[in-house]
Amino acid sequence: MSIIAFVLLSAAAIYFFAKRIVAVRRNIFLGRKETINDRSSERWAQMTRVALGQSKMVVRPVAGFFHILIYVGFVLINLEVLEIFIDGVSNNHRIFAPYLGAFYDVLISFFELLALGVIIACIVFLARRWGGLKRFKGIEMQGFPTRDASIILIVEIVLMKALFIMDAADMKLSHGEHSFLVSSWLSFWTEWFTPAQLETISHTAWWFHLVGIFAFLNYVPYSKHFHIFMAFPNTWYGSLDPAGKLNNMESVKSEVKMMMDPNANPYAAPASDAPLARLGAKDVADLSWKSLMDAYTCTECGRCTSVCPANQTGKKLSPRKIMMDTRDRLEEVGKNIDQHGMEFQDGKSLLGDYISVEEIRACTTCNACVEACPVLINPVDIIVDLRRYLTLEESNIPVEWGMMNTNIQNNGAPWKFPASDRGNWAQNNG
Amino acid sequence: MTPNITTMAEMAAKGEKPEILFWVGCAGSFDERAQRVSKAFAQILNDCGISFAILGSEESCTGDPAKRAGDEMTFQMQAMMNIQVLDAYEVKKIVTACPHCFNTLKNEYPDLGGNYEVIHHSTLLQQLINEGRIKLKDGGAFKGKKITFHDSCYLGRANGIYEAPRAVLEALDADLFEMKRAKKNGLCCGAGGAQMFKEAEAGDLEINHERMEDVMEIQPDVVAVACPFCMTMLRDGVKQKEQESTIEVLDLAELVVRQNG
Repeated sequence: MSIIAFVLLSAAAIYFFAKRIVAVRRNIFLGRKETINDRSSERWAQMTRVALGQSKMVVRPVAGFFHILIYVGFVLINLEVLEIFIDGVSNNHRIFAPYLGAFYDVLISFFELLALGVIIACIVFLARRWGGLKRFKGIEMQGFPTRDASIILIVEIVLMKALFIMDAADMKLSHGEHSFLVSSWLSFWTEWFTPAQLETISHTAWWFHLVGIFAFLNYVPYSKHFHIFMAFPNTWYGSLDPAGKLNNMESVKSEVKMMMDPNANPYAAPASDAPLARLGAKDVADLSWKSLMDAYTCTECGRCTSVCPANQTGKKLSPRKIMMDTRDRLEEVGKNIDQHGMEFQDGKSLLGDYISVEEIRACTTCNACVEACPVLINPVDIIVDLRRYLTLEESNIPVEWGMMNTNIQNNGAPWKFPASDRGNWAQNNG
Repeated sequence: MTPNITTMAEMAAKGEKPEILFWVGCAGSFDERAQRVSKAFAQILNDCGISFAILGSEESCTGDPAKRAGDEMTFQMQAMMNIQVLDAYEVKKIVTACPHCFNTLKNEYPDLGGNYEVIHHSTLLQQLINEGRIKLKDGGAFKGKKITFHDSCYLGRANGIYEAPRAVLEALDADLFEMKRAKKNGLCCGAGGAQMFKEAEAGDLEINHERMEDVMEIQPDVVAVACPFCMTMLRDGVKQKEQESTIEVLDLAELVVRQNG
């Protein structure tokens, strides 16, 4: 009976998780095609360093330290979850115990220490959030994003508590055969129950932990907590180039080539019948798929916004909001496709309905946000793509930028000086 | 003293080619304050006996501000025209005192067919000091002076060059103090991303004024910069704080020339 329940529950949890992953993958690939697979050994190294090795997390030592506690705990406690899983399929309890002998207790005690670390870190993180750390405020954090962060931290604490309860009950039931480090400090309550009751408590805690893990698994891909998976591909595909390098638009390259070629025939039929691609980005599908992956990877930590010069001086731009808006709009587009098919247009767009012109105009492209991101997200790419759309498709630019561009075209400098005077400084005395 | 500066065209007429092209940039060519940096740097190249030339009236904007304002068309047109000129003179190596020109020439031109060895003047200055070709006087003008360095975003975060400018400053025998936001955490002056050429968006204060808070904590004699736009923004900040008589904003090249002057 319990095996059937377990298998059905696992199958459902894995099915819904997989379904969500397929949907997310589809959404990401709604983005503009871009091939990123060069220098793969450098990419593996980058992923190992930044995602596995948490190299950018520890730039801020307090958050970095506690994050590593949760991260290591999460990864290693999964070994215990493996046992829980095998127990579930085979209707056993602590199936590894007889094989490992005394070492089993050492192992479980080690996991318990990790679990204790996770609980402490989660409490510290909740205190930072509820204590009003400025980084977690901001217009984009109102409502679900703030609730989401608290839910995750509380669920992690509760799941770890379930492990301690199960361990303490089992320890008591084993009559001295097992001794687990942390739960033995917390086992005073086991005196109050009969063996049969402890049996039920242990079993309930086991089920609670299991159901909790499955619920967590299916909550994560809808949450900021998705970064626990996305950090890995996102750092693999993250740029290896200097941060200052912007891509050169392919669609513009061919136009410019034609303009520079005296033999080009401007009336020649276009190379293909495909409709002209939009220049720059108005909506999420115009952005590179990597920018969309960035959006799903964002964990809303706000390190980007806290170092953004525009944000610090009271401008509307917040790089975190750029990423969250991109993800929220992409989710909306994905839902539209699910409900109405690929061709459906809802008349909304990322630029205008989510991100305002004023926000993207405030960016100095200083790359502080890019440098600050622990998982190699690049908000500047999105901002520049949106600016390109405004400039190239709508000619919507500030008057001063219009003059600047005209000056560059006419006299090769952003100011209105004659090109012929450009070398004068080298001749003048002074 | 005016340094001796020839153009690529003049050299080509004599059948000569320089070792290195000095890409001056729009600010270095037209902005009066930045022109003094161009002259100081040319002076150093002269003094070190480096064969160099400028493009003069054949140089044109790299297209950086247009690109960052979203006008990719203007950028690529500029890039293609500049590449034609550079290739016609068979340029191999370029030095520039502008981090924006540096970034664009080095990182964005190769994909459009322009492949050159591009270095920023801070890197060249560091090399020349290390090789002993620039000899800085002991007890020169800046000995014991308090200097802080403002990282340009396009030199620092954009291209990872943090040490070269500091090495130059250390050679001055001055006391180098770091601002609380320095190197990777350096705060932008507010000019990048074509902001230089328009009014800032509405906010509580200007970015360069925010940066002045970091400067004021140090109370330096000199704020050293390595970018003509940072120069403009920080000079404006110094004025706003009414510190013109106590804080000078100087480029690395000017510091080197003045140390020995």
